Amino acid sequence: MSQQQYEKYYVPAQSPWPIVGAVALFLIAVGAGNFVIESSKGEDGYGGLILLAGLITLFTMLIGWFRDQIHESMNGIHSKQLGRSYRQGMSWFIFSEVMFFAAFFGALFYARVISTQWLGGASNNAMTNEVLWPGFEAIWPLVTTPDGTTTEAMGWYGLPLINTVVLLLSSVTCHFAHVGLETGNRKKLTSLLGVTILLGIFFLILQAEEYIHAYREMGLTLQSGVYGNTFFMLTGFHGLHVTLGTILLIVMFFRVLKGHFNAENQFAFMAASWYWHFVDVVWVMLFFFVYVL
Amino acid sequence: MAVLALLSASALAESNGESMRLNLTKGVTDISQQVYDLHMTIFMICVVIGVVVFGAMFISMYLHRKSRGAKPANFHESTKVEIVWTVIPFLILIGIAIPAAKTLIAMEDPSNPDVTVLVTGSQWKWHYKYMDNDVEYYSVLATQPEQIHNKFEKQQNYLLEVDRPLVIPTGQKVRFLITSDDVIHSWWMPAFAVKKDANPGFINEAWTRVNEPGIYRGQCAELCGKDHGFMPIVVIAKEPADYQNWVDEQAEIQRKAKEEEQKLLAMNMSMEELMENGQKVYQSTCAACHQGNGEGLPGIFPALKNSPVATGDVKHHIDVVVHGVSGTAMQAFGKQLSLKDLASVITYERNAWGNSTGETVQAKDVNAVIKGQ
Amino acid sequence: MSSAAEQVHHDEHHDHHAPSGIKRWLYTTNHKDIGTLYLWFAFIMFLTGGAMAMVIRAELFEPGLQIVEPNFFNQMTTVHGLIMVFGAVMPAFTGLANWMVPMMIGAPDMALPRMNNWSFWILPFAFLILLSSLFLEGGGPNFGWTFYAPLSTTYSNDSTALFVFSVHIMGASSIMGAINVIVTIFNMRAPGMTFMKMPLFVWTWLITAFLLIAVMPVLAGAVTMVLTDKFFGTSFFNAAGGGDPVMFQHIFWFFGHPEVYIMILPAFGIISQIVPTFARKPLFGYASMVYATASIALLSFIVWAHHMFTTGMPLFAEMFFMIATMLISVPTGVKVFNWVATMWRGSLTFEVPMMFALAFIVLFTIGGFSGLMLAITPVDFQYHDTYFVVAHFHYVLVTGAIFSIMAAAYYWLPKWTGKMYDVTLAKWHFWCSLISVNLLFFPMHFVGLAGMPRRIPDYSLQFADFNKWISIGGFAFGLSQLIFLALLIKACKKQGEPVSARVWEGAEGLEWEVPSPAPYHTFETPPVVK
Ligand code: HEA
Ligand code: HEA
Ligand code: CUA
Ligand SMILES: [Cu+2]
Repeated sequence: MSQQQYEKYYVPAQSPWPIVGAVALFLIAVGAGNFVIESSKGEDGYGGLILLAGLITLFTMLIGWFRDQIHESMNGIHSKQLGRSYRQGMSWFIFSEVMFFAAFFGALFYARVISTQWLGGASNNAMTNEVLWPGFEAIWPLVTTPDGTTTEAMGWYGLPLINTVVLLLSSVTCHFAHVGLETGNRKKLTSLLGVTILLGIFFLILQAEEYIHAYREMGLTLQSGVYGNTFFMLTGFHGLHVTLGTILLIVMFFRVLKGHFNAENQFAFMAASWYWHFVDVVWVMLFFFVYVL
Repeated sequence: MAVLALLSASALAESNGESMRLNLTKGVTDISQQVYDLHMTIFMICVVIGVVVFGAMFISMYLHRKSRGAKPANFHESTKVEIVWTVIPFLILIGIAIPAAKTLIAMEDPSNPDVTVLVTGSQWKWHYKYMDNDVEYYSVLATQPEQIHNKFEKQQNYLLEVDRPLVIPTGQKVRFLITSDDVIHSWWMPAFAVKKDANPGFINEAWTRVNEPGIYRGQCAELCGKDHGFMPIVVIAKEPADYQNWVDEQAEIQRKAKEEEQKLLAMNMSMEELMENGQKVYQSTCAACHQGNGEGLPGIFPALKNSPVATGDVKHHIDVVVHGVSGTAMQAFGKQLSLKDLASVITYERNAWGNSTGETVQAKDVNAVIKGQ
Repeated sequence: MSSAAEQVHHDEHHDHHAPSGIKRWLYTTNHKDIGTLYLWFAFIMFLTGGAMAMVIRAELFEPGLQIVEPNFFNQMTTVHGLIMVFGAVMPAFTGLANWMVPMMIGAPDMALPRMNNWSFWILPFAFLILLSSLFLEGGGPNFGWTFYAPLSTTYSNDSTALFVFSVHIMGASSIMGAINVIVTIFNMRAPGMTFMKMPLFVWTWLITAFLLIAVMPVLAGAVTMVLTDKFFGTSFFNAAGGGDPVMFQHIFWFFGHPEVYIMILPAFGIISQIVPTFARKPLFGYASMVYATASIALLSFIVWAHHMFTTGMPLFAEMFFMIATMLISVPTGVKVFNWVATMWRGSLTFEVPMMFALAFIVLFTIGGFSGLMLAITPVDFQYHDTYFVVAHFHYVLVTGAIFSIMAAAYYWLPKWTGKMYDVTLAKWHFWCSLISVNLLFFPMHFVGLAGMPRRIPDYSLQFADFNKWISIGGFAFGLSQLIFLALLIKACKKQGEPVSARVWEGAEGLEWEVPSPAPYHTFETPPVVK
């Protein structure tokens, strides 16, 4: 890099939004903590309200912060270098999300390959099975836990398979929406982005359907042993991410309608679409490790 | 320098013997001896490396100081020395790893035991069950609370004494099956170089072969809640013949106790008898959490004084004590206490601290709940 | 640049002076302000966590229960560990990164200045939650900083929920802070500042930031599972439902071990800056320092179970983790040898930062040696969960991380304030700390070997003598830190001799090219690095 290419980096002046964000997280943490305590005891309290206040504050902060940011971006303050900062920042953020899911995938592998096997007497745990859990057999999916809770395993055909197709399709449409943006084809951009969002929502509806089915008909719940735990935590956190991704895409949709973004200036759009692809990849992993295998 | 201090201190320890120990124990098993040797080997290696590295550093600090007029050289690389000081430590490490691996393999081989004991930790006591004989019992801290609270003078084995030690034979391979009823504990006997976590729901194995008869003391070595520091382990190693006598005796005592228990079912004990025994049981079993005055620790352990459980439905009260409350620290005492003790402690709880229900609970009432009637 | 941009830019940047008042600190986007905030926050947390250590030491002064109840003692141990790790050491390093990384690579600021402010301001709130949970009925977290399940799930009190969420937001703060550092280093280097020209402090922080982003989310996962196990009926850590309490430990230490290197790699960077300055000789083996740091970081992902040797892992796992752990000594050794070689045939002077750096090298190495001893599985069976471990990690953390932070403070303070601090006080601080810290932590090796378990409020009589000395050392070390507090207050009042831009005769690097005190904005036009 020679000096000529080095642009002046935009260092924003004072901003109230970060501290608002910190207060928001504070309220969320206190609220969620108290809410959990209160609901575990069946008491009433302010936890829920504080949590709500925190979420509203967070939302306000996000709107304010992004408004400033969009304003700067539309005014062309953002240099190439700043764009790179955003892009790199976003990729590292996605990496951190990957590691968050890794913790739960780790739990899944451990439960499947190690803990249930050991409870069934494998490795150096013959006595564990013989003395503590006689009669327990390690079969995955774990439909009968060591203490005898039973449930049903979720098959991969049907809803999960449809959902996989839906999400993969949405990744494709998202990609071509981006191509539309790059080539200046606004119509392609808007329509395909719209389709992506609809697919995302469709996915969520199906997912809800699946949960209802699991709870009502299969007796597969968050409480049904480590199989249910990993199933609901993994798909649940994934669902949460799809929700977030959909919201991001909706925001992008409205910005596109307002004529934002072009081939050069499109960080937010790119970030949202990266996020979407990431969520998609996680699903594919889920589909294999949670459902199929 | 400090390393040298440690070195001389450990030499000191050798000469001073048990009274003020500074170094790792050599223990009383072949394995613990090997562990001790390994410990000393790595320690010495570290001392030598320390002397070389810090020596070089101090020499440089002396010779190459600006106040002595040292002019800085300008070298800042040498692939040769860098390779040397990568490879040498590496070789040293291999030298340590080999004997360590050998000892480890020996330690992790609990096969073909002569005696097997199931060791179960629970908050805050140990339970021993001899798998080949009908002998099992709890082992609890025996130091008086007054010593702990500085009211009495502290005795020699302060915090390292229990009411009923584990007894094992010398010269035989004793296998421990280690598990827990609640949180993770860790069964640690320094003299045997055995430390294994007691994980609830899993059984870990360890073994020892003790060479010398004697009394050995250890402690729980995993944070297990409030009284983690008050969960000692005492093992008595006896000559095999003595051991056999002891086991037979215990088996006989425990068989008799079971017979008594059956008789008890047909009897009614008086309120005084129940209250008297109940208080004893309460103090040794329940007071650690619910406190001697029945007030519990707010937010952690519920009070029994005026509690709906201790003043409400008897059946429910018995059920809680016998089966515990899942998802909480309240254990199932059904298998820990005798029918008599259960009956008396429940009676006690229902009549102490102003919980004057006036009701007595008899062994047969408890038995009914245990049998699920 | 368009004219509109020029306009906004002009409005916001035309004065180079710091805004004033409370808003300056609340709304700031300036890396130096944020660095200062981080550093003060870390110091306050150090005093808070230290005060808890004083409670621990006071209770352990004599056998018997004197001052606190066992349950409160456990809360002190837990919160002391949490505060020191997440509240003192990590924010202090982040503060130093904020101040120094942009100046060292010739950047105008951190890459994402607003997010930078956000990451900081989350912290006081997170610790407010953690500390206030101590006042709940039933008390705060009491399960050790490692919060092993099921002690932290089924058997814990209500405050666990608050603990979990406060760890979540601390984690968010660390991740954002780390992203900022990484992006700054990747994207904001001045022209000519190639990777292999970056100062080692920058290098070590780059690698640390990577570790942070990789493992903090795993901690978030671990606390989430604790939350659901306790409050929502899952059984990740409960055998009855097919889980395993030991699984918690695997997840925790997958985070926890890299975490301890997060707390030492920046320290290595600091020492690698200071030693060459006062040896007046370039750092020996720059490239191998970089590779060693990277190897330590990579190895740190595959050694976690050395904290779990007694949990009953299969033999091959014990072997694997033993050998992998031992390997870490090799690159760490390379670093130690390189520092000594840097000093060799230099022209040494012993200003206060150098004194702390030299103490660091010796004492950290002692801590490293005990670490190596702990890595030997069969012997760790004897050491594990005794004061030998406590001695080990305080040597690497207090005389390692904390000493390096003090060294850094003394090294860069004149650059920050423009004035030389009170050197007499600084020397007092050094010598008092050095002596008392060894009285405090060295005998812990002995009581540990003799068999004193950690996390106990009371102990048997044979440990009594040493514990008394340890406690005395502890109080003395605590009081010594008050000297540092006094020195800092004086320094902030800008008392003392003005210093030159270079401050130290042998100092090299971009941060020494700018005036002292460093202006509010530095390198708005990037310098050229040859
Ligand atoms: C900054 C923090 C830090 C650092 C740098 C280290 C460094 C190391 N640690 Fe430590 N450790 C902790 C913080 C740290 N540790 C903490 C907090 C705990 C306890 C957690 C808890 O349970 O609460 C712990 C616990 C801990 C354990 C678990 C003990 C137990 O609970 O039973 C082990 C076991 O292997 C271990 C090993 C090591 C090793 C091998 C190193 C190595 O990196 C050290 C390498 C350095 C050297 C060896 C010295 C310099 C080298 C030379 C001069 C070269 C030549 C030397 C040789 C070839 C010998 N540590
Ligand atoms: C970087 C991390 C760090 C630092 C800096 C320290 C610093 C200190 N630590 Fe700690 N410590 C840990 C990390 C750290 N520790 C961890 C992770 C654990 C494990 C926790 C667990 O088991 O879960 C632990 C555990 C631990 C224990 C074991 C507790 C137990 O097992 O029960 C002890 C016991 O002595 C101890 C002591 C000290 C002391 C005396 C200091 C001193 O260096 C502190 C000095 C500082 C001050 C004292 C503050 C300044 C002065 C004042 C505020 C004025 C008041 C002063 C007086 C009244 C004298 N620490
Ligand atoms: Cu049981 Cu500690
Ligand atoms: Cu480690």
